[in-house]
Order: sequence, then C-alpha cells, then structure tokens
Amino acid sequence: MSEASVRDENVVLRTAGLTKRFGRTTALDGLDLEVRAGEVHAFLGPNGAGKTTTIRILLGLLRKDGGQAVLLGGDPWRDAVELHRRLAYVPGDVTLWPALSGGEIIDLLGRLRGGLDPGRRRTLIDRFDLDPTKKARAYSTGNRQKVALIAALASDAELLLLDEPTAGLDPLMEAVFRDCVNAERQQGRAILLSSHILAEAEALSDRVTIIRAGRAVETGTLAELRHLTRTSVDAELAGPADLDGLPGVHDLVADGQHVRCQVDQAALDAVLGRLHQAGVRALTCRPPTLEELFLRHYSSERSVAGAQR
Amino acid sequence: MTGFAGTGQLAKLAFRRDAGILPACTAGIVVVVATVARDLKVLYPTEARRLALAQTAGPNAALRFLYGRLAGTSVGALATWRFAVWAGCCSAVLAIFIVIRHTRADEQAGRLELVGSAAVGRQAPLTAALIAAAAANVTIIGLATLWLAALKLGGAGSAALALAIGTCGLAFTGVAAVAAQLAATARGARGLALAVLGAAFVLRGVGDTGPAGLSWLSWASPLGWAEFVRAYGTAGERWWVLAVPLTAGAALAGVAFALAAWRDHGAGLVHGRPGRPAASGLLRGPFGLAWRLQSGVLLGWLAGYVAIFASLGAATKGVGAIFNTSAVLKRYLLRIGYQHVIINAYLSAVMLLAGLGAAAFATSAVLRLRTDETGNVAESVLATATGRIRWALSYCSVAAGGAGLLLAAAGLSSGLGYGVLTGSVGTQVPHLLGAALARWPAVLVLAALAAALYGLLPWESTAVAWAVVSLVAFIALLGPSLQFPAALMDLSPFTQTPRLPGGPVAAGPLLWLCAVAAALGTAGLLGLRRRDVGDLGPFHGVPGRVFRAP
Repeated sequence: MSEASVRDENVVLRTAGLTKRFGRTTALDGLDLEVRAGEVHAFLGPNGAGKTTTIRILLGLLRKDGGQAVLLGGDPWRDAVELHRRLAYVPGDVTLWPALSGGEIIDLLGRLRGGLDPGRRRTLIDRFDLDPTKKARAYSTGNRQKVALIAALASDAELLLLDEPTAGLDPLMEAVFRDCVNAERQQGRAILLSSHILAEAEALSDRVTIIRAGRAVETGTLAELRHLTRTSVDAELAGPADLDGLPGVHDLVADGQHVRCQVDQAALDAVLGRLHQAGVRALTCRPPTLEELFLRHYSSERSVAGAQR
Repeated sequence: MTGFAGTGQLAKLAFRRDAGILPACTAGIVVVVATVARDLKVLYPTEARRLALAQTAGPNAALRFLYGRLAGTSVGALATWRFAVWAGCCSAVLAIFIVIRHTRADEQAGRLELVGSAAVGRQAPLTAALIAAAAANVTIIGLATLWLAALKLGGAGSAALALAIGTCGLAFTGVAAVAAQLAATARGARGLALAVLGAAFVLRGVGDTGPAGLSWLSWASPLGWAEFVRAYGTAGERWWVLAVPLTAGAALAGVAFALAAWRDHGAGLVHGRPGRPAASGLLRGPFGLAWRLQSGVLLGWLAGYVAIFASLGAATKGVGAIFNTSAVLKRYLLRIGYQHVIINAYLSAVMLLAGLGAAAFATSAVLRLRTDETGNVAESVLATATGRIRWALSYCSVAAGGAGLLLAAAGLSSGLGYGVLTGSVGTQVPHLLGAALARWPAVLVLAALAAALYGLLPWESTAVAWAVVSLVAFIALLGPSLQFPAALMDLSPFTQTPRLPGGPVAAGPLLWLCAVAAALGTAGLLGLRRRDVGDLGPFHGVPGRVFRAP
C-alpha cells in the first residue's frame, strides 16, 4: 500500500491554499486545514477570521475561488448531495422553522439526511432535557441549538461539522455536550469543532488549527503547540533575583521578592538556576493555557492592524 | 406617567423604520380611491345615468355583499359605495401591520427586551405603535379629503368619506393593539386581527343583504360604520356615526394598555397549542416541508378566493343591465374581456382578476426561496442530502400547484355562484373552471420569471419580480381602455391566453407559454446551481444612514 493512499484513508477533510473573496474583502487567504479520521479537531479563531466561511465552502454552499478542498474523498461543491449523506452539520446561528415543533424538526433533518436512530433520538432528547412538543418560535437560543445538536448526534454521520455549537448552552448542557462528543470520538467519528470557547477546545480536541485573517497560523496537537510557547513562572523568593536581560525571559514583573515572567523553553534551566540562587520560598510553573496561545495570535493581529494605521 | 417614558424616541424610531413603506401605502390607498372617483365622474356624467346604475346595481345582492348599500346618486355617493368598505379594509390592514410590527413582532424578536432595559416605560412601545398607526390614518384622511374635494365632489362629502375610511383604520388600530397583547407571536396576533377584519366584512355583508331583521349585524361591524356615515348621501352625512369607530378604537386601546400593564414581557394570554413530539409521515423530504410551511397561507388565499369569486359569480346575473348604464364602462369591459357578449366579457375579466391574484401568490411562494436563504433556514436543509435543485423545485411546486388550486377555486366558486342563481350549475361550473384554468400557463410564466430572477439575480429578485407582476397587472387592467399598442399588450402573458368564456381556444399559445415557463425556470435553477448560497450581491456593505438622536 502506498503512503499516499494510507494518508487519504486517514484524512476525512483537507483544504490546501483555500481562498474566498466577497467583493473586495478576502475571507480566506490560502487556508490549510486537515482533519483525520477519528479525531476531534478544534478550529479556533476570533470572530471574522473565516471559520464559518470555511465550513460553508466544505458544505458546498459557497464556491471556492482558489486552492483545494477535499471532503470525505469527494469535491464539496460537485458531490454535495452524496457527501451530505455522510456528514451532519450544526450551524453557529441556528434558525429553525417557527411553526414546526422541535421533535418534528429533528425528524425532518434526520429524514433529509437519510435516516436517524430512533433510540439515540430518545436518549439525546432526555439527556439534553428538550421539550420536543414546543414550537420552534418558543425556543430560546440554547434550545434551538439543542434541536440542531440532537438532530446531528442522532445521525450515523462519519463526520460532524459543528460551528460554535455550545454558544447558547448552559454549563450543565455543555457538560452533556462534552460527554456526547467523547462518545462520538470512541465511535470513530471525526469532528470539526469551530469555536472561540477555548476551555471547550482544550477539554475536547486532539488537534487544533488556529486561524487568523483567513489563514491557518498554527496547527498541531496541544502538546506540539505548547512546545512553541513559553512557560509561566511565578515565584516568591528569599532575596532579589537578577533575571533582567537574561535571554528568553519575557514580560518580567519583579515586585520586591515576588517575580513573574514568561520563559522560553530553552531558557528554563538558566532561569531556574538564578531563582535557586536567590532562594525559592514558593514556585508555580505551568504550561500556557490555550487562552494565552490564542491571545498571542489575536494580539499580534491587533498589533499588525495598529502598525498599519 | 413613567410608564410612557421614552415614547417620543420610540415613535421616532418607528417612523424612521417605516419611512419607505408608510408613505407608499397611505398614498396608494388615496390614489386608488381618487382615481376611481374621477373615473366614475367620466363614466357617469349625468344624473340620469347614475340613477340607472343605482336602480340596476343597488338591488343586486351580490354587489351589496361586496360593496354595501348606495346612499345617493351623486358621483361622490357612487365612489363611497364602491370604496368606503374596501378602502376601510385597506386602512385597517395597514393599521394592523403597523401596530403589530412595532409591538408583538419586536417583542418576539427580542428587540423590545433591549429597548425595555433602557429608561423606557412599559407602555412606551405600544404608545409609539399607536402613534405611528394613527399618523398613517390621519394622513389618509387629510390627503383623501383634499384630493376628493379637488375633484369638485363636494367638501362635506369628501371629508366624510375620508373620515369614514380613516376612522375604520383607527378602530382596527385598537383591535390590533389588543391582538398584540393576546397572542404570544406576531403571526398569531396578525392572524387574530385579520380574522376580526374578515368577520367584520362578513357581518356587514350579511347585514346588508339579509332580511331586514338581520340589518343590525352591519352595526356590529366597523366596516358597517364606514358605510353608515353615508358620505355624499342624498339625505346628508351622518357625522355622529364617526364617533362610534373613534370610541371603539379608544376603548380597545385602553384595554390594550391595561393588558400590557398587567402581563409579563414576552407572554400572551392565548397560548399556542403544543406541536407534535415527532414528525408525521407527510413531513418527509423538501416537498413535504415546503407544502407544510406554506399550507396556512395557501388556505387563507383559498378562503378569500372562494368568498370573492362566489360573490363575483353571483353578481353576473345583473351585470348586463348594470353595464348598459354606461357606454364607456361597457366599452371598457368589452375591451378588457376581449368579447362581444357583455356577460362573457364580464366573466372573462373576472377570470383575469383570478389569474392576477394567483400570479401574486405564486410569485410570493417562489420568492420565499430568497427569504429562507438570507434568513439562514435554507442552510440547514442544504447541509443535508438535499440538492439545491430539489430544494428550489419544492418551493416552485407550491407556487405552481397553489396557483392551480386558486384558479380552480375561482372557477368552481364563480360557476356555483352564477349557476345556482340561474339554475345552470351543470353547465356553468365546468365552463368557468375551464376558463379559470386557461390562465394557469400565464401564471406559470410569471412564477418561472421570479425563479429565474432568484437564480440569476438573487439580490434584486424580490424587487424586480414584484415590479414585473405590477407591470403585468397594469397592462392587463388598464391597457385595453388606454389603448396601449399591441407590442406593449403582448408583454403580458395574460394577453396570450384564450379569452374564456366565449373566446376561441387554441392549444398553441398555451403550449408555448408553458415552454417559456419551463425555459425561465430551468435558467433560474441552473443559475442557482452555479452561485453561492447566501449571496448578498455586489453592493453589499454600502454604509447605511446614521440614525441621529437629538
């Protein structure tokens, strides 16, 4: 078996150099994204970064201007209907038919997709605590989201495309959602989870792609991404430590015997040596949260925008 | 009075939001009334002619059901007969839409929650909506008075007719205000208020046509009040009647304020029934969905069609005598119906109306594609194993099928209305059913044009499609009497259909109309297949005006 075909079997979704323009604005500017079979892939980025545009191209709703997009081995534009039998989608802004009840909409979406599991439908309605007899116009944002989620999770899709699926859910329902996603992963389904809720991506995802201004700026497992970043160090010392000017130390705040800073992987040893010399009373070292990773990319975008002004 | 804090700001916001539609609708109502009044002046220049019309049309029960009783024989009295009730209906519909748009619709959409969290009183949104609706009706009263008086129909009568129309709108402003408190949804509130209007029409119609013992029913109807003002009446206007709709409107507004002060935000007093916990077998696939979503609207149209066309059919019997009272009117009718026999010309014109109405329904059913696309509901369907073509065809099937049902209803009910009165149901029903359905291909052409616009020029489709339907209605209704050139008349697909009943029938034009419809529809579907879903067009992002607070 050649290496290429092994790769293809493992990849359920891939875009390379994907571009999309709306008039004068460029929504996607050469986006590379790859989701492998059986993984939960978080797709992170600030509002307007191009997450929804990417998903809508993958759904064949928008036509790409350039680059490649392969979904489940097919062309998302040309083979839309065939591919949609094998995937389920939850939009970020769930709009439903006001005159239909939640139960009717779940069944309708299931039938349109080619069937859903009645047992799972029942379980999911119970777990998400949804009243299926209410008309959609009476549902809150969170309940509309539940309807779309139940319809998607009750299907037999190989791939789930979830666009900010928990934006309207309360913490209790978010926990249910996480359990469901973990169960799906064990079933071997691939999930593309677009989000700007970082804790969610951190808790759920195997790999992460960070998108900014229509381009992927970072991609990999969380461990790989952390590799690129700094460790937060927070120390109480017996005496003053001299960290000023040490290469690889950033954002240093020295307040008498209290020291806080960000340290590059390579400089950790040297920093710990200096701290030890000063005498350590308390020390916290932690890997950066995804929040910090994210802020770094987001703030660099802002500084770029600021520099242009 | 803290309950009313912020009313001024909200009223300004309402006027700003309605800046386009409000002047257009008020002016539209006034223009129609004034144009018909002027036409009547031309058609019936002498007292003798008008007396002849009054003697033939006055006793006709079907016409009395549609228009009410004649109060005199002046031109103004004829205009009042023709329009007090119908323009009253129009101003009522306008008031209902304005009030509910700024109250329950905003509340349901959550906009009033945002507004209510500011220093805005509980009664302010309702008050602002009442101000907007009242302003529309006062504008109608002012414009109509001036225009009718300018036609030299008499100052007192002009003011009375204008006030009869406008106060009817004010009474329904109150009805809508209460409906907006009772129903929890905008759709429900509009339905409730429109049902009251429909009941008012039927009550007045029965009161005006039924035995004398039932004539009090007209007094139970706001549309009856508009009639009883007797504008331009031979016995003089009855000004005191105007106090009835004003009192009713004020009392209903008071009830609405009391309900608004008492109820919870977002809640209604009438609760919708719960839906089915699971979908029935009918809700399967895009076609089941499209028919299910539009069935309510279609049923409303069908009910209206049966009522109106049964009345128009029943009116056929006296039509010859009525149209003989005016040579000009007779000539117009013969032209518009392309006939030599007056009864056939009348029925052919009635079927043309049925066709134009069906075209309006079909166009709105097709354009719902665009509403659902920009409203993001389409996305959920298109992300399933439903192709764009099938999705679009499901809406088109409602347009084509619904238009066919409407035409069939028009043919059947007018055939029954005419046939029962003349004892010829067996011949009239199939006769008029065929005459109505002969307009179907022309309706399909207009629906297919809307589909072509939707596929190829989506961001302009709604405006252009309605402009075309209006143009076709203009050509079909006014072209014959204004003697438009044949090339212009040929632009209307209704010019091409056989003029039934009475005219010759040829399969050729029907077939090629169907071919044009198929070609337009195919072009639209191919366009839809190529373009982005949710395309907002090249002019998207042009900055809007800034709403300036004082």
